Amino acid sequence: MADLRTHAEEIREQFSDHLDLTVDDVEERLETLVDEYRVPVDEARRSVVNAYLDEAGLERDELGGGAGGNEQVLLGEIDEDEQWVDLRVKVVDLWDPGHESIAQVGLVGDESGTMKFVAFTTSDLSELDEGTSYALSNVVTDEYQGNFSVKLNRTTSITELDEEVEVGDDADEVEGALVDIQSGSGLIKRCPEEGCTRVLQNGRCSEHGQVDGEFDLRIKAVLDDGEAVHEVIFDEDATTELTDISLDEAKEMAQEALDTTVVGEEMADRVVGRYYRVRGPTLGRYVLVDEFEQLSGPADAEAVLIKARSM
Amino acid sequence: MSQQNIPSREVARRVFAGEFNDGSYTFQESDDERAPLYLLLPTGERANRVFLVGTLTEKEDVGEDSEYWRGRIVDPTGTFFVYAGQYQPEAASALRELEPPAYVAVVGKPRTYETDDGSVNVSVRPESITTVDAATRDRWVVETAERTLDRVERFDDEGNEYARMARERYDLPVESYTDAAVSALESLDENDELASGSEEPTPQA
Repeated sequence: MADLRTHAEEIREQFSDHLDLTVDDVEERLETLVDEYRVPVDEARRSVVNAYLDEAGLERDELGGGAGGNEQVLLGEIDEDEQWVDLRVKVVDLWDPGHESIAQVGLVGDESGTMKFVAFTTSDLSELDEGTSYALSNVVTDEYQGNFSVKLNRTTSITELDEEVEVGDDADEVEGALVDIQSGSGLIKRCPEEGCTRVLQNGRCSEHGQVDGEFDLRIKAVLDDGEAVHEVIFDEDATTELTDISLDEAKEMAQEALDTTVVGEEMADRVVGRYYRVRGPTLGRYVLVDEFEQLSGPADAEAVLIKARSM
Repeated sequence: MSQQNIPSREVARRVFAGEFNDGSYTFQESDDERAPLYLLLPTGERANRVFLVGTLTEKEDVGEDSEYWRGRIVDPTGTFFVYAGQYQPEAASALRELEPPAYVAVVGKPRTYETDDGSVNVSVRPESITTVDAATRDRWVVETAERTLDRVERFDDEGNEYARMARERYDLPVESYTDAAVSALESLDENDELASGSEEPTPQA
């Protein structure tokens, strides 16, 4: 089992600053799990590492990725949770952290596309600037409901690059009939607290309680092509372009009716049942609409006829 | 961990009225009483939801105690019957206010009921009814023809369990749905020729 010995050496190296381990000890622990208890190697390694973390009183993100650095990967290649990797990326977008435990959150990109990144306050890292390219070594991949992100941690080293990293386009394009507008669409109110943009439910923010909300427009819609459904979000600008209703007009409509829901209803009347093609990045379940068009041109009946006649 | 705890939304199938009305068998795929109810389409697909676009030709309040609207929506192959009452307030008010004839788009759920003579009628319980333009209607016809042909093409595939179910439940030749799709597409062609023909100079004899 030369393989286990390699894992053992890497683990010893990872803990070299914290624990005085011997490769033999580590290997023995791995062997017990793998040979005796039939645990897969990856799981055995995770479990042994966790045991040593406990022993050393460390959190996982305080641990280095092991000797010799990590594999340098493209964002698009990341397909596994909790991998230590090195990246060369450009900071595309910085968002409001929204919580005091988060120092920075946003999007980084390379030629393969973009991905969310998070840096935690406790990691005490130097700040990343939007539009600047960096080599980031020792970042950890994270997965939530099939979506990957990268987490910076206190062992991450950040080196500003002289050259600019090209960011590839990973926008998704989906089309179909707009079959539904979900609740929380139309004229909504957001929490005005610094850094919080949560949508209020009955005037309450789930974090800050009763607040005076700020009006905003958005549409959460479902596009359905008969084979699959896609959830998409139109922000204020896109919503106005889609429905021809501006934020001011929406507020007037709501004031007149003494009810904000009339806005969503009017919007639904104008868009449900039409065909659209939208483009934008995917975040979680949603495609965030950057561009869209209504598919109102003539469909290609001839191509389908040719197919039908050949059947 | 990737866990899909969010129940996925049912896709809206594209089916012409002719095929839709030939369906009669509905089923659920689990014992949970809230499990989705599917109409078995004769071309071998399950439909919990449909999206259709056609011409609303008639509407009538057929309710006794409370409003219950019935709309007839016509496509190139037949007529969809759409029923909306107090539990579909948006759709009911849309039907109340619409003036036929009008092109409408409907998202809804298939429902079946048995008539006194034992035959099964299929209708649509709408989630939404909106007015659309002729281009949207034409696009739907082409799209629905394409989806229908896809289903017919897959009908003899091994492992197509809904096709197997359709063979057991219905004794219907699937080729007829290919023919219906072709006629539907040709009906668009004719309209186009009529529209463009009027602008062309009449050939001299």
